[in-house]
Amino acid sequence: MSFLKRHPWSFAIAAAFAVFMAVSLSTGFAFGQEVGGTFLSFFVQMCRVFPCVFVLIGLFDVWVKTETVEAHLGHGSGPLSYLWAVLLAGTVVGGLHVAFPIAHALHAKKAKLGVVLTFLSCAGICRVPMTLFEASFLGWRFSCIRFAVSLPLVVLSSALLARWFNHRQYHLPSDPD
Amino acid sequence: MVTIRSREWSVLIIYIITAVLFLVSLCADRRKTSASLKVALRRFTRIAPSFLVMLILVAVVLSLIPDQLLIRVLARESKWSATLAAAGLGSVSIMPGFIAFPLCGLLLERGALFMVLAAFSTTVMMVGVATFPLERTYLGTPLALIRNMVSLVVAIIVAIAIGFCFGELP
Repeated sequence: MSFLKRHPWSFAIAAAFAVFMAVSLSTGFAFGQEVGGTFLSFFVQMCRVFPCVFVLIGLFDVWVKTETVEAHLGHGSGPLSYLWAVLLAGTVVGGLHVAFPIAHALHAKKAKLGVVLTFLSCAGICRVPMTLFEASFLGWRFSCIRFAVSLPLVVLSSALLARWFNHRQYHLPSDPD
Repeated sequence: MVTIRSREWSVLIIYIITAVLFLVSLCADRRKTSASLKVALRRFTRIAPSFLVMLILVAVVLSLIPDQLLIRVLARESKWSATLAAAGLGSVSIMPGFIAFPLCGLLLERGALFMVLAAFSTTVMMVGVATFPLERTYLGTPLALIRNMVSLVVAIIVAIAIGFCFGELP
């Protein structure tokens, strides 16, 4: 029952949703069925990517030494650390919600906040597969301009935000649950 | 469709990379590998409830915003109101790239401006109202809040730049 105590809201929302779905399915409520369909398709997509994401995070946790991450992405690491963050983000499959646990794992290994934030935002805008999509529907010119404008802004704003929050001795939640 | 195939490929590649790394790890050190699986499982069970809630929110929000409404709002006459509406809609709706970009393509055919699509696609990718409960468990409320607001501003700047480059502004 510790689960119930730790996540009362999650449980309440999940229970309400389950009831809503049961009622929708039994009465043939169209909106409810649409919600259910969307939920299921997202759920399946998540389930396809998640095993990999968490296995990779586990391997990363066991094999990569904190000192290595700290040296390349931590405090005192140079501007190159931002480049690593962008390149790493480019390989993320899925989007922000997949990037959150990875960003947190990076932070736990003492990557600096600016790098973590750059990684997060770039997981939104610099993913390789996503850019291919964008270019195929909106054209390469669109993608190039978007990259040229958004990338420097994201890196700059991440660095400034990190500075501002570090200055205020901000700490990330240590163990998300 | 080509678009869905490219996503299938990227998922497959991730699986291959994971499998190779896992096997290498297994050959190198059995104990460490089993420890890594424990870490994976622990992290997953910790975050699973938040993910479930996010999925529910996404499903409800996406169903509340029908495609017709998107088209009506985004293909509007006034550039600025359409751009701002696009940024707002993009922030609340979360959809994977393989839905968002084909939708942008559709909107483009219906006469939406490039700057409007830039505002929409960038906020879809960077700003997440529905993922906010999840984000704050990782970043904490203040940082998550400010990161989203800064991302919104970045998206508007990108839209303005696109507008100038495509001759839609001034």
